[in-house]
Amino acid sequence: MEINILIGGAAGQGVETIAALLGKVMLRSGYGLCLDKDYMSRVRGGHNFSRLRIAGETPWCATGKVDILVSMDQETYFIHQDTLQEKSRIIYDPESFSLPQEEKRGVPVPLQRLAKEAGGAVMANTVAVGAVLVVLGMDTDSAEKLLQEMFAHKEGMVEKNYLALKKGYKEASHHCSACFSMPDKKIDEKRLFIDGNEVLGMSALASGCRFLSAYPMTPSTGIMNYLAGKQECGVVVEQAEDEIAAINMVLGASYAGVRSLTCTSGGGFALMVEGLSLAGMTETPVVIVMGMRPGPATGLPTRTEQGDLEFVLHAGHGEFPRAVLSATHLEDAFYRLNKAFYLADKYQVPVIFLTDQNFADSARSVPPFDFQRLNYERHLVEEKGLIRPYQRYRITEDGISPRALPGQFSGEVVLADSDEHDEKGNIIEDADTRRRMVEKRLRKQAGLASEMEEPTLYGHQEPDILLMGWGSTYGALRETVDNLGFQGRKAALLHFSDLWPLPVKAVSEILTSVDKSFCVENNATGQFAALFRRETGLEVDHKILKYDGRPFMPEEILQEVQKNV
Amino acid sequence: MFSPNCFTTDQEIAWCPGCGNFDILQALQEALAELELSPHRVLLCSGIGQAAKIPHYIRVNGFNGLHGRALPPAVGARIANSSLKVIVQSGDGDTYGEGGNHFLHTIRRNPDIAHFVHNNQVYGLTKGQASPTSDLGMNTKVQTAGVILSPFNPLSLALALGAGFVARGFSGETEHLKQLMKAALEFPGYALVDILQPCISFNKLNTFAWYKKRVQKLEGHDTGDQEAAERLARQWGDKIPIGILYQVPAPTFESRIPALQGEAGEKPLAGRPFNPGSLVHLQEEFM
Ligand SMILES: Cc1ncc(C[n+]2csc(CCOP(=O)(O)OP(=O)(O)O)c2C)c(N)n1
Ligand SMILES: [Mg+2]
Repeated sequence: MEINILIGGAAGQGVETIAALLGKVMLRSGYGLCLDKDYMSRVRGGHNFSRLRIAGETPWCATGKVDILVSMDQETYFIHQDTLQEKSRIIYDPESFSLPQEEKRGVPVPLQRLAKEAGGAVMANTVAVGAVLVVLGMDTDSAEKLLQEMFAHKEGMVEKNYLALKKGYKEASHHCSACFSMPDKKIDEKRLFIDGNEVLGMSALASGCRFLSAYPMTPSTGIMNYLAGKQECGVVVEQAEDEIAAINMVLGASYAGVRSLTCTSGGGFALMVEGLSLAGMTETPVVIVMGMRPGPATGLPTRTEQGDLEFVLHAGHGEFPRAVLSATHLEDAFYRLNKAFYLADKYQVPVIFLTDQNFADSARSVPPFDFQRLNYERHLVEEKGLIRPYQRYRITEDGISPRALPGQFSGEVVLADSDEHDEKGNIIEDADTRRRMVEKRLRKQAGLASEMEEPTLYGHQEPDILLMGWGSTYGALRETVDNLGFQGRKAALLHFSDLWPLPVKAVSEILTSVDKSFCVENNATGQFAALFRRETGLEVDHKILKYDGRPFMPEEILQEVQKNV
Repeated sequence: MFSPNCFTTDQEIAWCPGCGNFDILQALQEALAELELSPHRVLLCSGIGQAAKIPHYIRVNGFNGLHGRALPPAVGARIANSSLKVIVQSGDGDTYGEGGNHFLHTIRRNPDIAHFVHNNQVYGLTKGQASPTSDLGMNTKVQTAGVILSPFNPLSLALALGAGFVARGFSGETEHLKQLMKAALEFPGYALVDILQPCISFNKLNTFAWYKKRVQKLEGHDTGDQEAAERLARQWGDKIPIGILYQVPAPTFESRIPALQGEAGEKPLAGRPFNPGSLVHLQEEFM
């Protein structure tokens, strides 16, 4: 039992506001929910929508079918009518457009007029929320409390919004009251309703990141917004003049001792690439959140793709160690971004954290995070371990040189250098030192490899069908495995969060024992399957690839799997 | 006690004998000694080029980064540790060419950084191509018919963008240059010193003698007079003014960053204790 609500309209019509309000109401009413956004790269007009899926437990991802369509314009109806079921309902404003005569599922609510009657056209969103609540057979208590919190500081707005809510509720009740039954609630503890970018921003802050420099770029801007709103916590956010400045500022701050972050998307990352290589050479810790969107070039700015895995694996001239981690789902990403900071500090390397628009903009209801699990070890030299004179690039067995900060020790200076250098950090050109320094840096790769987490098998423990994926497709793949299980199939998922150095043990063991293996990726060339083959010599049987800029729906994956088993 | 010797290193210097960079290095070492700055409290950021090798020849903290990217790491370091005295030093190509965008926006930010540009009007390390400040008509292996782009005027640009400290020095006037450096180092905010520097190997036009004949130390100039400064900044040719053109402090970047103010602000960001558990309340807004 679940309810799917799709709210659609032109940019500027309040689609996201309605979704956010409804989402919070459902959260506080004890339902599990997930919300995803589909929007165009424009400020007004076009077609945008948000999908809210409500269930007893928190759903893992969005699905394609729709129970309630909140159609803020006519286009929304025509685009989404195929997703409607017999019992679905369409909430729309009959004074702005009409539905075709044969369409009997309409719930006409004059959103604009009722909002104006309540005190202003801006409250059309609140009217729509009232209408949805009555259609679902819910009361308005939670919504009222929320409006109180939201508008308490705005003179008279609470009352006006109450009125708008009630008007929508009453009007819709004439056409359809409690047309759906809500799922059974299975959650009794407090949950957060939070999206991917907010989770990453919160994790960065709680990981002790105190400096972010970035240049705005969808889908990563939300991280910058989140941190910029938290400057009272002692974080500095600087909008750089370009991504080149962003990464170089972050490297300067990190060199001087602060956990630092930058976030961007493919085009911005392309500009950061020389800086990435600088991080490798100067052995300066840095975390880069790279939110993928479809390329090449500007591509589809507000949509999703997993098309930059190969790019981040190989970005940067020269050979240097790095780690690449990915965001699979909210509960995991909170801790995994912390791991990125930990690895960066411990191994003094750049760490790239891959997300995409699907992860960044999707919200779910999740249990509170355990902040005590976060690591804040800085791996700096302490007075008693200091060997004088201090040498920034001292050659060690594991390749990790003692890291001191400028100004940390009286009488000692710290020299970081982008030229090849000796142990002190001074420019050299001789062959022997060069060779020893290359080897020192590359030794860190073995340490990094030992830190990578093997994926755990989800689903049947002796599967016939194996699905493989990475990053934000986790939810859709997990549901697919569940559905295959319901059909009596022995199916399992191996989903990778840590991508480089690639942990290959679990997958190498299982791959040869299954009947059919599938690698599922949101790209056109199967980049993970290629990486996997390169690292293991093994090949998957089928690739399921999607590259239209939209995230996978579980039913699409299921269909493809069924075709091939 | 402090002497320029505190700042010397054992590195073999890779500049051509007679290069103006030696004088700039000496002026810097003397300026730091006279200001009694300990080596570990100073950070020198540079890019890539002959000038940008300077962190290897002076004993202070150094971040020798990428070509054109000397300023952004310096800004980051100021945010992370505002107790460091931060200097940026690079060539004219590095600063005004490859790094032009950072030059513009760092001036707008106004961080407390002293910026010393070794302006030899040529790309030295890559063997003599034109730089943004090369004079019209200068012949090189690339600009075979002479430079046709009009020269970049760093002083006019800095003044136009509202820089609080704008000066020009000459490597051949070491004592004077040292005074300029000291004033820039003590100035609260972004301070630009564009330093004319002969390149004996590749700039056969703007030679030591060429500069020597033209530079004139400013006397009786009111450094609070912006219009006068703008006029002086445009002077190039027979007479080239050296000295402080403009000096009027404005609120610094650091003084306007919330996290660096108040009680917490007294301790550099880099040295503050932190416990992730102290931020559990961040979750409340999502409930
Ligand atoms: C991204 C990049 N492009 C080009 C170069 C090559 N390069 C090194 S130094 C330099 C120009 C140096 O000129 P300037 O900054 O004036 O310094 P100078 O050697 O004259 O002191 C160039 C083009 C480089 N190192 N990096
Ligand atoms: Mg030069």
